[in-house]
Amino acid sequence: MNEVLITLIVELEDRPGQLLKVLEPISKMGGNIVGIVHQRGKKTPLNRLPVEISFKIDSKKVERLIGSLRSSGILVRSFNEVKLTATTSVLLIGHLIHTDISDTIQSIDIDGEAECVEMHVSMPEISGPSTAIVTISAAGNERLKEAVEKLREICRRKKITMIEPINEDLV
Amino acid sequence: MIRIAIVGFGTVGQGFAELLERKREEIRKKIGEFKVVAIADSKSSISGEFSIDEAIKMKREEGRLRDDRKADELIDEVDFDILVEATHTKLDGGSGLSYIKKALKKGSHVITSNKGPLVADFEGLMTLAEKKGVKLMYEATVGGAMPVIKLIKRYLAFCEIESVRGILNGTCNYILSRMEEEGLPYEQILNEAQELGIAEADPTYDVEGIDAAAKLIIIANTIGVDAKFEDVERVGIRKITPEAFNVAEEKGYTIRLIAEVSKETLRVSPRLVPLSHPLAIKGTMNATMFKTDTAGNIFVAGRGAGKEETASAMLSDLYDIYVSN
Ligand SMILES: NC(=O)c1ccc[n+]([C@@H]2O[C@H](COP(=O)([O-])OP(=O)(O)OC[C@H]3O[C@@H](n4cnc5c(N)ncnc54)[C@H](OP(=O)(O)O)[C@@H]3O)[C@@H](O)[C@H]2O)c1
Repeated sequence: MNEVLITLIVELEDRPGQLLKVLEPISKMGGNIVGIVHQRGKKTPLNRLPVEISFKIDSKKVERLIGSLRSSGILVRSFNEVKLTATTSVLLIGHLIHTDISDTIQSIDIDGEAECVEMHVSMPEISGPSTAIVTISAAGNERLKEAVEKLREICRRKKITMIEPINEDLV
Repeated sequence: MIRIAIVGFGTVGQGFAELLERKREEIRKKIGEFKVVAIADSKSSISGEFSIDEAIKMKREEGRLRDDRKADELIDEVDFDILVEATHTKLDGGSGLSYIKKALKKGSHVITSNKGPLVADFEGLMTLAEKKGVKLMYEATVGGAMPVIKLIKRYLAFCEIESVRGILNGTCNYILSRMEEEGLPYEQILNEAQELGIAEADPTYDVEGIDAAAKLIIIANTIGVDAKFEDVERVGIRKITPEAFNVAEEKGYTIRLIAEVSKETLRVSPRLVPLSHPLAIKGTMNATMFKTDTAGNIFVAGRGAGKEETASAMLSDLYDIYVSN
């Protein structure tokens, strides 16, 4: 299966339950929601609300999904595949579990344009420090830099030692 | 006749004096006649008629030199063309800084192995040397025998140096590369390094990245980045776990303490280094990678410390003062 990251922008009527009409078909087709951004300030002249949804799905199912959304009356403004072309790994050392590793990792998400794609944690003793290698992918180097910068910030706050690569193309 | 005064007569000071003696003939041919006219340590000195061998023997056997005259007065009172300064490192400059200033003001060249004075007042010292029309040479302060300073000033003179990344502390590199090989915890490898004399009893200066940061400041100023020691973002190696090497290796990396300077960066921190990268060196070696606009990447490596290695860098400074110009 070739999974791709899609950003979909739909215009929803501003009343309860509308978002679900979009999310349900995505999950039914095996898609994984990565992020939802309501553009609250940007109502359309027809009083609709643009919402940007990022999700991962099998590339073969994209067309079918969009088709079924449209036929169920959803106004699809645009959809396109986000290519996470830039990748890097960073190492984290410290009390990763106590400091909520998933919160640490989520901090790097940038509207589905940067995310943790792989993580390997090694924790030899429950009370001791643990070590994790985290692989981050992003839509281009700029986004990747941003994500690494965010992670660096949160690690500083949580007193986690972050070890970055010396790769030419990064930071 | 080049008259040389040596201040600081420990490992480096003695190593330099020995090397002068051993290479006397070649130095005579390539540079010219020379004579060591004065030597001082922290409490005593020797000047007038004496031989290098005699001074070294005296220092080793009696722990001091012939006369009570202090380094300060010696610099004021004896005539010399070059001061070789190899006293203890103090990041605020310490007495080394005042010796160097005195010598420059007198109009003599200076060769130093001591980072302290340059970290404390790089700009001030360079301005003073220039005003007096003399040279202040400091190859030995960064990377021991590994050529860095003259490489920047001569070979890369017309390059824009976009970044310098280096392994500038042999102790840290030894500890990290041994952790990589053995999968043992930091403390255990530190003990091993201390037993081998690679790490000090109090290893703070090395393992917290202070030594590397001091060297980075000297490199930064040499490439024209006006930076102070406090500006360096500094993370040491104490917290690195043995597992870190395992998980890093799965992605094709190892871990090294890297000092880096570029337009946006001034930091000393542990970094992931691809296993195939030239900076993934092992043992007490030092290495530096320069990224330049016209010369591409330049990589140098060498022994970062040691009596002879340091002395050899200082001898190359002597050559530079008299021959390269
Ligand atoms: N060792 C290396 O491999 C290496 C490599 C590169 C750079 N360096 C640098 O070179 C310098 C010397 O290192 P080292 O290994 O030779 O150190 P060392 O063996 O401890 O020798 C230091 C010398 O400086 C003298 N000294 C200390 N304070 C003094 C003062 N106020 N006035 C006059 N002399 C004073 C000491 O006098 P006493 O003998 O009376 O104690 C001693 O002779 C240091 O700055 C070091 O960082 C060393």
